[in-house]
Amino acid sequence: MTNTSYVRTEMLPEKAPPLAQAGAVKWMRENLFSSIPNAILTLLALFFLYKALAGTLPWIFQSSMTADSLGGCRDAIKAAYGEDASGACWAVIRERYHQLLFGFYPSELYWRPILAFVLMLVAIAPVLYDTLPRRILWLTAVYPFLAFWLLWGGSVWLPISIILGFVIGGLAAVYLSNLLGTLGSTLAAILLPILWWMLLAGVFADAMQSILPIGIESVESAMFGGFMLSVTIGITGIALSLPIGIFLALGRQSNLLIIRSLCIGFIEFIRGVPLITLLFVASTLLNYFLPPGTNFDIILRVMIMVTLFASAYMAEVIRGGLAALPKGQYEAADALGLDYWKSMRLIIMPQALKIAIPSIVSNFIGLFKDTTLVSIIGLLDPIGLSNAIRADSNWNGIVWELYGFIALMFWVVCFSMSRYSMYLERKLQTGHS
Amino acid sequence: MTATTDTDKSVFRLSMLIYDTRYRSLTIQAVALILFMLGVAWLLNNAAENLAALGKPLSFGFLTHPAGYDINQRLVEYTSQSTHARAALVGILNTLLVAVLGCITATLIGVTVGVLRLSKNWIVARLMTVYIEGFRNVPVLLWIVLFMAIFIETFPQPRDFRGADATASMYLGESVALTNRGFYIPKPVFYDGSWIVIAVFVVSLIGMWSFARMARKKQEATGQILPVMWVNLAIFVIPSVLVYFVMGKPIGLDMPVLKGFNFAGGFYMRNSLIALWLALSLYTAAFIAEAVRSGIQAVSHGQTEAAFALGIRPGRTMSLIILPQALRVIIPPLISQYLNLTKNSSLAIAVGYMDITGTLGGITLNQTGREMESLLMLMACYLTISLTVSAIMNWYNESIKLKER
Repeated sequence: MTNTSYVRTEMLPEKAPPLAQAGAVKWMRENLFSSIPNAILTLLALFFLYKALAGTLPWIFQSSMTADSLGGCRDAIKAAYGEDASGACWAVIRERYHQLLFGFYPSELYWRPILAFVLMLVAIAPVLYDTLPRRILWLTAVYPFLAFWLLWGGSVWLPISIILGFVIGGLAAVYLSNLLGTLGSTLAAILLPILWWMLLAGVFADAMQSILPIGIESVESAMFGGFMLSVTIGITGIALSLPIGIFLALGRQSNLLIIRSLCIGFIEFIRGVPLITLLFVASTLLNYFLPPGTNFDIILRVMIMVTLFASAYMAEVIRGGLAALPKGQYEAADALGLDYWKSMRLIIMPQALKIAIPSIVSNFIGLFKDTTLVSIIGLLDPIGLSNAIRADSNWNGIVWELYGFIALMFWVVCFSMSRYSMYLERKLQTGHS
Repeated sequence: MTATTDTDKSVFRLSMLIYDTRYRSLTIQAVALILFMLGVAWLLNNAAENLAALGKPLSFGFLTHPAGYDINQRLVEYTSQSTHARAALVGILNTLLVAVLGCITATLIGVTVGVLRLSKNWIVARLMTVYIEGFRNVPVLLWIVLFMAIFIETFPQPRDFRGADATASMYLGESVALTNRGFYIPKPVFYDGSWIVIAVFVVSLIGMWSFARMARKKQEATGQILPVMWVNLAIFVIPSVLVYFVMGKPIGLDMPVLKGFNFAGGFYMRNSLIALWLALSLYTAAFIAEAVRSGIQAVSHGQTEAAFALGIRPGRTMSLIILPQALRVIIPPLISQYLNLTKNSSLAIAVGYMDITGTLGGITLNQTGREMESLLMLMACYLTISLTVSAIMNWYNESIKLKER
């Protein structure tokens, strides 16, 4: 056999694709101009984009940072950019950003909320990312008391005596179980701390304070405001509504008739009324339901109401997760001989919570946005402050700069929460299902 | 654990209430019920004591007293001499007004945006994402006060329309005035004989419905498709317009006219209503868009491919195959968004729109000092709306559920 010459022995080099079928041109043909309606839509969108950017960009950058009133701003902008130029008056943010961030918190004590915020980031980091050292979780456990002490100030012994209550409960649960059995020690772990808080904690705190006065300057709730207030209320609501919501969801799924009806009644009532009516209850009505003469802090009352509100929604979301779980999981847990709480803790809840993550996080986002409603009952959150600033004669008539700043702050927080939930979903994705 | 069931069943010892799983649930429920009752009794007792100490025992008598305040956006007759109950009714109607308006526009915007976000057009899909993420992640209260502020600062005052050198002008042939106090739009006026036009219009609606029914039956029987849309358009327009001119234009428009420093006549939509409406619609539309998108994506791609394999055109694939299946996923979150919108409309109080929260929970509460009664009634109103809507939704969900096995 000889080599026949009419069969090609080597491959031809690849030819470049036609110009219209490669690179940017191809991408544009496919994604922007694939058909005539699509091309029209693209042109409309481009026109809209151009209009929007042409309107806002010069406005954002032809701005004044230095003036001390809206009129001053306009004069400065006219002087710098010509007679018919209009620009943003960022001076209002420069003058008032302390207020928007901290409300009327004493300015020499700003380090305390800032420190509390930084510690919060550290404390929630190990919860969010499980690659971090587990030892930080101790800080997470102590953090609520630390933050309370940093924000409101006062004697250090008050938070310590409250922590002691939890310590007593924990010790009772561990060491009394030999003496009293499981049930007895559980009851003791619930009752002893309550007795401690009601009878001894105040005495203990006062006594220790007189022996060893350690404390920082206390700040009244009326001074709280701005984003500090939103974050405080929001984080409290988020942290407390998840556990309460889990119990409510379990109660609603339980086969104990009375427990189930109580849970359904609570959830449907809360979900049926707007948050603002509950805040009205907090501001005007809650004192009626407490023993005559009690009057406790308005921020605390609002926190209670916001938490109750959020937990009802949380319960519904978690119930969705429980319902989405195949029945085989419940049956498998029973077949392993786990009792109710063990099967919930080890088998059901981890999976149900995983299913519910997107809705749980969007509930958190909703809760954080809803903290702005406290401005309606007169607390000075950013929107409450914006009303005050717009009523100031210097800044009368300011709209976009102020609301834009507030909106941006909320947007950053909420958007990062939703991105985190997407990351978490991807991380917990187990491949099947 | 199971060993305990081997004991003699006839013997009942007190400890079995705790350690026997057969009785434990009863114990737990009894304890929970007792604790709950004790808690409620304690709260009610405190409330009764406190109210008695303040000298205002629970009574709804204040509802019949004259309210003494004005409401300038109203759907029914109301003066400051009307009772508090009447004010509450005006409030409820205002709540429903903004809720219905908001739901309609939010659905229109939301469906459009949700579909466009799935568009193959890159730039349009991106713009829609920006809209959704922008509106969803900022509090609705901020949108409401922002729209209100824009309204007050940017629209002209009514007096700017006055005189020869007016700085502002009306739109659409001198019929619509946009001022910073609100919009003035023409109002239809019904003269003698207008009922005939309305009757003809209603009859033509019935005609459209029966023609569509007949066309569908014919298609199912013979496969022949009638031009339903064009015929129905003709039925919709021609008879009513003919009768309208034959009867000598019995329905006219009451135009807003500038009188003194303000407009008179026409239909007045207060600025707070429009700001609230816009803010609620745009905010809720972002959520509805997400619901629509996830509903459409929930229909598996195999359905589209199967439809194409059967030779069904893309438009009909959408309307006959995809949408009916997607709707089953979309409707429940859609309804819950409607409920959210209704509940969020209570934020009207921030811009002074007199909804039920503004009347009953706002001025009436402050004037009479009857916090307990007012708030109970306020909550009862919202609860009634919510529970009614969710009952309807549950019924609907039951009826469209896939009948499996």
